[in-house]
Amino acid sequence: MAVAPPVAVEVDGVDKTYPDGTHALQPVHLRVAEGEFVTLLGPSGCGKSTLLKLMAGLLPLDAGRLALWGQPPAQLNAGGRRLAFVFQSPTLMPWADVQTNVRLPLDLARLPAAEAEARVAEALALVGLRGFERALPNALSGGMQMRVSIARALVVRPQLLLMDEPFGALDEFTRHKLDAELLELWRQRGLTVVFVTHSIAEAVFLSQRVVMMAARPGRVTDELRIAEPYPRRRDFLVTPRFAEHAKALQDSLYRASGEALESA
Amino acid sequence: MTAAAAAASPQRRRIERVAYPLALAVLLVALWQGLVTGLKLPHYLVPSPLLMVQTLVTHFGAFMSALAVTLQVTLLAFVLATVVGVAVSFLFVQSRLVETTLFPYAILLQVTPIVAVAPLIIIWVKNPTAAMVVCAALVALFPIIANTTLGLRSVDPDLQAYFRMNGATRWQTLRRLRIPSALPYFFGGLRISSGLSLIGAVVAEFVAGTGGTGSGLAYQVLQAGFMLDIPRMFAALLLISLTGVLLFVAMAWLTRRFIGRWHASEM
Repeated sequence: MAVAPPVAVEVDGVDKTYPDGTHALQPVHLRVAEGEFVTLLGPSGCGKSTLLKLMAGLLPLDAGRLALWGQPPAQLNAGGRRLAFVFQSPTLMPWADVQTNVRLPLDLARLPAAEAEARVAEALALVGLRGFERALPNALSGGMQMRVSIARALVVRPQLLLMDEPFGALDEFTRHKLDAELLELWRQRGLTVVFVTHSIAEAVFLSQRVVMMAARPGRVTDELRIAEPYPRRRDFLVTPRFAEHAKALQDSLYRASGEALESA
Repeated sequence: MTAAAAAASPQRRRIERVAYPLALAVLLVALWQGLVTGLKLPHYLVPSPLLMVQTLVTHFGAFMSALAVTLQVTLLAFVLATVVGVAVSFLFVQSRLVETTLFPYAILLQVTPIVAVAPLIIIWVKNPTAAMVVCAALVALFPIIANTTLGLRSVDPDLQAYFRMNGATRWQTLRRLRIPSALPYFFGGLRISSGLSLIGAVVAEFVAGTGGTGSGLAYQVLQAGFMLDIPRMFAALLLISLTGVLLFVAMAWLTRRFIGRWHASEM
């Protein structure tokens, strides 16, 4: 039996209320192992984005403990590890070309130019955008802009990738394509991924484990393992196994939301 | 739309933008000339366009030196307003407290009529050119402050979060995020202020001119008025208007040059 991989993300009784009084998140407990692909799935207002932003250190904690490899998110860099965050929209600088956008985190960290250039080239190759270095974002399709955003995440060579509904605004075909590419990257690079979505199909297709959440107040209601082998290809989407997993997730989600409605 | 059509249409639009107003101008001038000639209107009431051009040619030297004076005041005021306005905006975005405290005074600047303040400035500032520059700059200042401040604050919140997450310093955020985000607003402000600088310069010359100093285009208008030389008045007005249009075109060119490739307003 293999040694269990170290814990990458550790969430202990984390709780969040926004200044306007919205109780975004009831105490959450969650562990993500190194190299794991975990999806947070739930309806709008369930706190899945809040939880992800807490992991990224973008929001302060109200209570509880949150650690990445045993460190608070702010101290992750000191331990030589990096996290990267991918937003719902590509969040690119519209005035800067693709290579400048991808280089941004390296420039902010004042990496030497030669190394930065090599890393940008590598990241662009990983997302299939070689040859688009000088293009401006507005010259690219939505899917390509998202690829730039992913390249900008990969360029820091992260161990942890946090993704907040990254493909939610894309059409179905582009989304499937990017989902498949993401799985490839995850396997190649040995990343730990926490992925937020409200799409059941996307959650089943991508994840090893799905954490289900419900709204008002935001909380974790259930957890399901998708014990299917990788690589997963497009035909996985039309297998009975896929349908079973999707149904299990759906039942669980509706059960949780139903409870919330009754208690409201 | 095919790629060729998409490429051709901006060029066509650019031609249309010049050709259509020009055609209207030709039509109006012809109508004007026709009316003046046909109705035998006296030139001391409405001079014909032809007479106006003739006046412009006969007094060419005087008009050009007047234009140079007005243009100098306008441009100096415009530069002064831009430098001061941008500096104030940077100050404003440093803290909400500073903005809240100072913004009402910026508005005061905007709502106080310059004609009312100009005599005071002319008394205070000894050098007449400097006095006129200060007057015109006061008129042109507010749009720069308001627009640049708005621009420096109009940053995509996610991008801002991204910068914070990557440990960007205040300076890095300003240089790489806030300033580029503010450019479209800043250029919008420039467009308004360029025209206002000219208006401010003309108003200041009027006030200064009544005091016996000055030799700009407004002074030409004043002088022509005293002598009931209406064609000369019209010629001076024409030059002022043309200067304003030229300034606007220059600003439009500058805007396209700096943000044309990426900003939606220029697509």
